[in-house]
Amino acid sequence: MTAVLEVDDLNVVFGGVQAVDAVSFTAEAGQVTGLIGPNGAGKTTTFNVITGLQKPTSGAVRLNGADVTGLAPVKRARLGMARTFQRLEVFGTLSALDNVLVATESHRDLTRSKADPRRTAHDLLSRVGLEHVAGERADRLPTGLARLLELARALATEPRLLLLDEPGSGLGHQESEALGTLLVELAAEGMAVLLVEHDVDLVMRVCSHLTVLDFGRPLAHGTPAEIQQNPAVQQAYLGVEVSA
Amino acid sequence: MTTFFALTVLGLVLGCVYALTATGIVVTYTTSGVFNFAHGATGMLAAFVYWQLTVAWHWPVALGLFTVLFILAPLFGAVVERVLIRPLYGRSADAPLVATLGLLIFLIGISYTIWSPTTYRKLPLFFGGKLLDLGAINVSYHQITIVVVTLIVGLGLRSMFSRTRVGIGMRAVVDDRDLAALYGAAPARVSQLSWALGSGLAALAGVLLAPLVTLDVLSLTLLIINAFAAALAGRLKNLNITIAAAIGLQLIVVYAGQYLPTTQRVREALPSIPMLFLFGVVVLTRQDRLKVSGVHAAAVPGIPSLRRSWVAAVAFSLGAVLVGSQLGGSDLSNATVGLATAIILLSLVLLLGFGGQISLCQLTFVGLGALVMGHVGQTNTLLGVFAAALVTGAVGILIALPTLRLQGLYLALATLAFAQAMDDAVFGHVFGANNSLKVPRIQIPGLDTTSDHGFFNLSAVTFALAAVALMALRRSKYGRRLTALNDSAAACVTLGIDVNRGKLAVFGASAALAGVGGAFYGGSHTAVSSNDFVLLSSLALVLLLLVGGRNMATGALLSAMSFAVLFPQLKTWLDGVPGTDQLPYLLTGVAVVIVARTSNGLAGELSHLAEIAREHRPRTFLAVVAADPR
Repeated sequence: MTAVLEVDDLNVVFGGVQAVDAVSFTAEAGQVTGLIGPNGAGKTTTFNVITGLQKPTSGAVRLNGADVTGLAPVKRARLGMARTFQRLEVFGTLSALDNVLVATESHRDLTRSKADPRRTAHDLLSRVGLEHVAGERADRLPTGLARLLELARALATEPRLLLLDEPGSGLGHQESEALGTLLVELAAEGMAVLLVEHDVDLVMRVCSHLTVLDFGRPLAHGTPAEIQQNPAVQQAYLGVEVSA
Repeated sequence: MTTFFALTVLGLVLGCVYALTATGIVVTYTTSGVFNFAHGATGMLAAFVYWQLTVAWHWPVALGLFTVLFILAPLFGAVVERVLIRPLYGRSADAPLVATLGLLIFLIGISYTIWSPTTYRKLPLFFGGKLLDLGAINVSYHQITIVVVTLIVGLGLRSMFSRTRVGIGMRAVVDDRDLAALYGAAPARVSQLSWALGSGLAALAGVLLAPLVTLDVLSLTLLIINAFAAALAGRLKNLNITIAAAIGLQLIVVYAGQYLPTTQRVREALPSIPMLFLFGVVVLTRQDRLKVSGVHAAAVPGIPSLRRSWVAAVAFSLGAVLVGSQLGGSDLSNATVGLATAIILLSLVLLLGFGGQISLCQLTFVGLGALVMGHVGQTNTLLGVFAAALVTGAVGILIALPTLRLQGLYLALATLAFAQAMDDAVFGHVFGANNSLKVPRIQIPGLDTTSDHGFFNLSAVTFALAAVALMALRRSKYGRRLTALNDSAAACVTLGIDVNRGKLAVFGASAALAGVGGAFYGGSHTAVSSNDFVLLSSLALVLLLLVGGRNMATGALLSAMSFAVLFPQLKTWLDGVPGTDQLPYLLTGVAVVIVARTSNGLAGELSHLAEIAREHRPRTFLAVVAADPR
């Protein structure tokens, strides 16, 4: 079985800076795959390349085996890619419900599904636990809740690959637990989830595989247990994190 | 060969003036990140002040030059930066654009107020117009001065940016304002300095150009728009390309005028060369990728429920009919023009308010609509309105296609170029033999819609219906999607929403509505000419809407009525009071400066106050208003 997402020898150079340096990894259906590393390691840039918002200098991105490197972001989205943003991109002047509704309506138009977009939007809001703020304007939501809103909005497109850029930051301990449970559920439904996250507990709990980046370079691949034992990782990333 | 030399000198000299202007724009833009639309108006103002000092007050030329170029102009630039631009730092990217457009209108108004447009003024050439005999042709010392000054300025700026501490500081500020501040570059001071320098360069160009043409507020301001093309060719940062483009473009213009076949059609199209060039350059400029820019907290008024919209529309129509029946003569015709203007402004509410797209060519669509109505409407008026909407909608989509990738400043410049090109090359010839085209009023069988009162009523009802339709659109799936596009295009594409289709649709629909507005505008005047649809009026229209409130039908109505009814009324009241002729310009300019700091204009402020009033008891209302930070 081919992986839902294959990132193959990705390079991104900004001016003289190599932001992403020969990065390769895969994300499989039914699993949460983690992409971790210190700030500036190239995680968000990698996300931008995968979703098409940033052109790579070289390398390939494949979705379900098909090369999508040259495709526009909107085409990739229609092939089943959805994401959230590290620096929030909610529709600030719309209500939380309308944020999701825009996505469910667009998805219905594209797929001609029979589901009622408003019903679906409500369901998604309750799934991420935001039903109580459905009428609030999105730019008035606290950061943590706005991240969950982006998650609900991304789910509205029924993605096969879900990319989450630090969904856990801004969440309390309990909310973070609930998010972890939700991510595991989503994976169990058959989605491939790619997670960028600084919350080590969350990452270790939900991810089946991890790729560690440092200064744009892949430092290690493996299961959470393997990564925790990896001395290079401990020095570059986890060590810093623990002492900090 | 003699002709060729003479043309080359002419093109070179004019090109140098534009080069000076364009470098001023570039200097200001690269250091403060603001494209100064009022740059040309600043040069115009400087030329007038210079005329006042040296011609009217007989100051010596050297003293006049020194005062204008080295004292007044830099001071003006520094004050503008401090008062107008600096407070907008960190606000939406459109705020400075709006502010400098407002300044442009304000400067035109104040110049007309001080120097009455009915007086003929002429600035003498430098060195008494003395000529240098170069054998085949004569070159004036004035022309030589222009070329030499341009060379000096070009070289001077180059060494300033690469060698001096100030210049390097300026470049640092552009790259990252906050970072530069950390390293002690004082961005505010650097930015102010660049505005002073830019203003000085504008003044220099104005003073050098004015003696070659007549000293006229509008033509001087507009001539300098040609420099925009050169500034954009240098991508607003490369001074060498900017100067080369300015000179090259002028050479092309003068050669084309001489050597292209002189058929009627070619001659009519020639004046639009710089603007077509500007359009091309803007469209081809490499744009930033979709910005992942985070969430801006923008205050947007709530959308009224459909029921409330209908109630308001019916009440408005009844009220309008009632008030209209009491009006007559010029009051009635002003009010009818006001309603037509309100319909036109609704098209901008759709584009600017809902769609977040700027257009400085909205009156061009209005003119096209009136044109179509004037022709097709002669046989069947309803068919005429329909055709007006269809044609302008199609043209709108055609304009939108190449500009799809553009946003903010670049879209503003592309639409400005289109509007000015239409002014230059098309509109002068299509409104009938005497530049006056009869436009019929809409006839609806069984109703009186063509008498002055009947047409007023029809306009009022049409405005109300269009406003309800707009609000219904805003509440619909498409309205939501439009708002989403406006809030974050990057998020939209990652959800599989086609951003381009949305933009095309809103541009086309807005143009079509402007076309319908044009049919009504024509009907309200019964005849139109090219003067009704000039670029500057388009600018004023956009600014008026921003003052009124870009998101709301009431904003459109408030603006249109103040434009068409209140301003003429003010003029009548203040008749004979010196300096009040240009009050509308001045008021608009001042209002824009204020409004650049709010998001929803007057209507927004009013509804905000109303909200406060509703939430609190009347007794405490004033206290709340006083305590409200806005």
